[in-house]
Amino acid sequence: MRLHIWINGKEYTDEVDAGMPLLEYLRSKGCYSVKRGCETSNCGLCTVWMNETPVLSCSVLALRAMDKRITTLEGLQPQAEEFGAFMAKEGADQCGFCNPGFIMNVLAMEKELQDPSEDEIKEYLAGNLCRCTGYAGHLRAVRAYLGRNKN
Amino acid sequence: MLTIKDYCLAESIQQAYELNRKKQNKILGGGIWLKCCHFPIQTAIDLSGLGLEGITETEEGFEIGAMTSLRQLETHEGLNACTCGAVKEALRHIVGTQFRNCATVGGSLFGRFGFSDVLTLFLGLEAFVELYPTGIIPIGEFAKMQPDDSILTKIFVKKDQGKTAYLSARNTSTDFPLAACCVSWKEGTLTASMGARPAKAAAFSRENVCLEDLEKEEFLEEFARDAAASVNFGSNRRASAEYRNYVTKVLIKRCLGSIKEGDR
Repeated sequence: MRLHIWINGKEYTDEVDAGMPLLEYLRSKGCYSVKRGCETSNCGLCTVWMNETPVLSCSVLALRAMDKRITTLEGLQPQAEEFGAFMAKEGADQCGFCNPGFIMNVLAMEKELQDPSEDEIKEYLAGNLCRCTGYAGHLRAVRAYLGRNKN
Repeated sequence: MLTIKDYCLAESIQQAYELNRKKQNKILGGGIWLKCCHFPIQTAIDLSGLGLEGITETEEGFEIGAMTSLRQLETHEGLNACTCGAVKEALRHIVGTQFRNCATVGGSLFGRFGFSDVLTLFLGLEAFVELYPTGIIPIGEFAKMQPDDSILTKIFVKKDQGKTAYLSARNTSTDFPLAACCVSWKEGTLTASMGARPAKAAAFSRENVCLEDLEKEEFLEEFARDAAASVNFGSNRRASAEYRNYVTKVLIKRCLGSIKEGDR
C-alpha cells in the first residue's frame, strides 16, 4: 500500500505492507536511533514525534503516519547534542541504549510543559525505562538542562 | 505477533461497520493492545478519518470522540474541572506520555478490559456511549454487553458531576492497577465504581446520602464494606482476591475522604 510521509523534513513515498510498524519503516530509511525494545509499548525506546507529538513507533502502523511529519533523533542533532552534554556531565547514562527515546521525550516535554516540577518531570518521563542507572542522574541532567537559561 | 493483511482508512461509519461484520476484520483504536494479540487480521479498519478525535464542550457536558487519545482527556481542563481532577488521576498512571498519546478512549473502553482504569472512570462518571448502529446507551449497560460488531463512536459525560474522586493501587509504577475506584456523590446518591478486580468494572450505589453522613467513620466503613461485597474479586499474579477486596475498601474510604474534603 502507498505511504506518503515526511521524515525529518524529507519527503518519501513508498509501498509498504499493511501491518508494518512505523518503527520498521523508519529504520528502513536509515533512522537507526529508533530502537525496538520491549515489544509491549512500555519502554519508550522507540519514541519519535508524529506531528510534534511523542508516540511509540513500535505501536503505530506506518500507514497511520500517512501525510504526517515524523521527527526522529537524527532530525534533532543540535538539541540532542546539547542535552547529551548534560547527560554526560551528570553521569546519567551507562549502556546508552535508552538514550535516543529518552532524549526525544525530554525535548517533547520541554516544548509542552512550562517550568515543570520534579513530580511533573517524573510523570512525563515515566514511559522511558532505563535498566542501568536508577534515574537519579537522568533527573539531575534534566533539571540542569531545563534550568540552563535561568542564570 | 500481529499480522495485518489489508488496511482500510474508513470513509464512513457505515463502511467501517460493514467491514467490521466480518470476523477476521478488526477496528483499530490506538493499536497498542491489538499489537500484543496473536491472531491474524484480514483488514484493519482505521477510524481516524471520520472526525472522531477531540472533545467538544456543550452546555450540558462533554462529547468525546472515540479516537481521542488518553493524553487529550488527561490534559483537558474543562473535563478535569468538572470531575474534580478524577480524569487526570485515572489516566496519568497509565504507562507513559507517549503511550497515552497513542491509546484511544474508544479502544480502551470497547475491550471492556478487566484491568481498565478508563472503564472504571467512565462508569463512575455515569457516562453514556454512542454505538453504531445501536444508538446511545448508559455505560453501565455497555459494560455488561459482550463485544459485538457495533462500533463505539462517542462518549458523553454530563457536566453536573457533583463531587468525584478516583484512586488506584499498583504494585509498581506504570503497571496495570491491582485495584481501582471511582467514587462520586451527586444529588444525594453515592456511587462507587470498582475495577481491576481483575474483571470489568462494576458499580454500587446508595441513595439518600448527605454530606454529613461522610463525616461518620462508621458510615464510611459500612459503605466501603457493602460496595466491596457487591462485586467479586479474583486472583492473579498481581494480587490475591482477598488483598484486592481489602485494598478496594481502603481506596473507597480514601475517595470518600477526598469528596468530604472537596480537595479532588
